[in-house]
Amino acid sequence: MAAEKKPGIFAGPLWTNNPVVVQVLGICSALAVTTQMKPALVMGISLTCVLAFANVIISLLRNTIPNRIRIIVELVVVAALVILVNQILQAFAFEVSKQLSVYVGLIITNCILMGRLEAFALGNKPWPALMDGLGNGLGYAIILFVVATFREFFGSGTLFGIDVIARFVNESGYDGYQNCGFFVMPSAALIILGCIIWYLRAKNPDLQEK
Amino acid sequence: MELLNLFVKSIFIDNMIFALFLGMCSYLAVSKTVKTSVGLGLAVTFVLCVTLPVNYLLDTYVLRPNALAEGVDLSYLSFIVFIAVIAAIVQIVEMVVEKFAPALYGSLGIFLPLIAVNCAILGGSLFMQQKEFENFAEPVVYALGSGIGWLFAIACLAAIREKLSYSNVPAPLKGLGITFIVTGLMAIAFLSFSGIQL
Repeated sequence: MAAEKKPGIFAGPLWTNNPVVVQVLGICSALAVTTQMKPALVMGISLTCVLAFANVIISLLRNTIPNRIRIIVELVVVAALVILVNQILQAFAFEVSKQLSVYVGLIITNCILMGRLEAFALGNKPWPALMDGLGNGLGYAIILFVVATFREFFGSGTLFGIDVIARFVNESGYDGYQNCGFFVMPSAALIILGCIIWYLRAKNPDLQEK
Repeated sequence: MELLNLFVKSIFIDNMIFALFLGMCSYLAVSKTVKTSVGLGLAVTFVLCVTLPVNYLLDTYVLRPNALAEGVDLSYLSFIVFIAVIAAIVQIVEMVVEKFAPALYGSLGIFLPLIAVNCAILGGSLFMQQKEFENFAEPVVYALGSGIGWLFAIACLAAIREKLSYSNVPAPLKGLGITFIVTGLMAIAFLSFSGIQL
């Protein structure tokens, strides 16, 4: 970021230094869980919790972890947190945890986690690390939410499972409306994310490549 | 016949990149030239083929409900066990390859540490657990098929990106943006394989 005004640790990752579209981390799960808004929201919250706690724990341990085995230590901390999140989801939000299937487990290998732990938590105090974790987690959640909104609205005609298009269309007495099945398919997620990046880079030429 | 079906299905229909979005990060980062991307693809295939059967055995004989002893359910530990197995195996493979095949290490070695945290590897194990395979051959075939599918996808994208570097892409779309859209179009092409039964 060569910008003259430096965005804060918390606010920066929300937009100008977004982990998904600018740092290109954590794409895998960002695309797989976005067919509907509810799982996307749950996934965003889960990742934010895991990232914030993992950042704080690693930051507290940063002077005691031997350099050679730090990746293993980080993986174990993250895996333990993810197991907790998974158990909580299965207990209180069983339907959503079924929809998310293995992608909750894949938070362990989400590059945002490894990237932030390596780049930030290992060299900073717990409080900034917590802010960094929350900021990056919410930045990820925002992108997930935007992609899921497009996909659910055009693909199923609903928002949060509430019928929007069909109800409106039926009231007007026209019954030929078809949802665009393309938006439910995996390829739509890739193309929507590509377009978000396109928009963001057109707005902010600093981010353009070459 | 069952195995052949599983093999073809895991390459084309349940392709790790186009259908399941596994391993996207390294897929986007390392796909600038065909040579390095084939190297990474081979490393992923190899590590998948080693870790998946090991995790299958652990899952069947230790983690499943009532597998270790009557009334013992360790399945909640599966994430931590799988990732520990993967990290350990990647470390061992790296040392063995460095010792006995320096030439291979030269071309594959740099990718091995990357692979421990590649979602494709852990994802393979988690999907294997979900699919509930019945015998030992199935996870092996599934690992081989998924790895080849991943290799195939990254090699195709790298070839396209090599050509793309000569074309006149709008500035904001350059690099990452166009790569996403190309991957999306490739995923549409792969949709045509869906429904194949052998």
